[in-house]
Amino acid sequence: MLQKLYDWIDERIDITPIWRDIADHEVPEHVNPAHHFSAFVYCFGGLTFFVVVIQILSGMFLTMYYVPDIENAWKSVYYLQTEVAHGQIVRGMHHWGASVVIVMLLLHTLRVFFQGAYKKPRELNWIVGVLIFFVMLGLGFTGYLLPWDNKAYFATQVGLEIAEQVPFIGEQLKTLLAGDANIVGAQTLTRFFAIHVFFLPAALFGLLAAHFILIRRQGISGPL
Amino acid sequence: MHKGKGMKFVGDSRISAEKTSQIPKDYSEYPGRTEAFWPNFLLKEWLVGAVFLVGFLCLTLAHTPPLEGMADPTDAAYIPLPDWYFLFLYELLKYEFASGDWVLMGILVMPGLAFGALLLAPFLDNGPGRRPHQRPIANGMMILGLISVIWLTYESAAHVDWEARAEANKPIPESSVTIDTEHEGYAVYENNCMTCHGGELEGGPAAPTLLGIEYSAEEIADIAVNGIGGMPGGIFTGSDEELEQLADFIITVNESAE
Repeated sequence: MLQKLYDWIDERIDITPIWRDIADHEVPEHVNPAHHFSAFVYCFGGLTFFVVVIQILSGMFLTMYYVPDIENAWKSVYYLQTEVAHGQIVRGMHHWGASVVIVMLLLHTLRVFFQGAYKKPRELNWIVGVLIFFVMLGLGFTGYLLPWDNKAYFATQVGLEIAEQVPFIGEQLKTLLAGDANIVGAQTLTRFFAIHVFFLPAALFGLLAAHFILIRRQGISGPL
Repeated sequence: MHKGKGMKFVGDSRISAEKTSQIPKDYSEYPGRTEAFWPNFLLKEWLVGAVFLVGFLCLTLAHTPPLEGMADPTDAAYIPLPDWYFLFLYELLKYEFASGDWVLMGILVMPGLAFGALLLAPFLDNGPGRRPHQRPIANGMMILGLISVIWLTYESAAHVDWEARAEANKPIPESSVTIDTEHEGYAVYENNCMTCHGGELEGGPAAPTLLGIEYSAEEIADIAVNGIGGMPGGIFTGSDEELEQLADFIITVNESAE
């Protein structure tokens, strides 16, 4: 029955080569913790992706309640945390996941760096990875404002003041981020929401796709 | 990819009608103890993921995600702090060489050099050797950078009393008033007081809230009949029994709100 269903789909969209590309490859001995326990350092990248998936899923559920508007943003978060069933856990996963993803990214980066795994021919994938790191920091910065509590508001104000001090383009940069040259308010919140939920995730997905395609093309770096 | 004459397709599509083998390749020919990713290795990864998820959920359950009071832009006394992974950049701006006239050092030059070097690491460290002792400069720079980031983060975080901060900025919960519409005094309240004092005793433009008042039942009854402040007398129209019920109702709601 399952085989028939598979054949039916395969006949129409030729699925076998697709899942072959994704799943059918060899795992060399030196990255397999079953053979060398120290190979657990190779898990960091995969676990980073795992936390990213947690962030995407919990974030999707958060937007079911969150209202990006200065009157209701804080109230919706407070309601989610105190009234909604398991709301505190979903928000907790997103909040702590944001920190854990930075930790895992750092560990993954250090593993690649100290093993010299970025050397020819993997330079491009290193650059893609560092860009992913920057996008993550951007997600952290924009997401910090969204609960619209005091620490969010004042931290963002400081961040925007720092952006303003950049020579030549500082004021334009601040206006671009905040939606207004002077006010950190309603426009800032909707802008940060859009950047956090649409712009940066779009960039992240593109970069992650490039990261994974490059890994599959080049294979994992050999043992030291 | 298979191509050439004699290919068969499904209908008029470009999908090959010929079946390809679905048995995974035999990786045992590769050097070392190589394993197929699907399904052997994936199962192990799955287990690592499960253990990680349990740990992560324990963290989530043990620590409530923090939420301070609603943003108040007029609060001039609030000391802003970024999230922990930005603390090192924030702390950097407190040094003399990275603030004031030299602020561009702190916000552009130093972070730009550090992150730029990180981005371009493969081209700066472009020798063929991968082992740590073959790349002392690259590793040395990275360790130096790491130590500075950890030091700056520590310097910034160690001077903050996180618990006192969280305590001082706790959100004030909105008062949850339960109005017992079954109470015998509710109907009296509805007829005599609600127009001005509101459906939940919250007050309105014409009258103050009745929550948190310090009057006894007798005083409430007296005010209802004779008025107080801007409230004229004679608004209450009802029997003495109803007056008693009304006073009892207002006190009951006040007790439930505490």
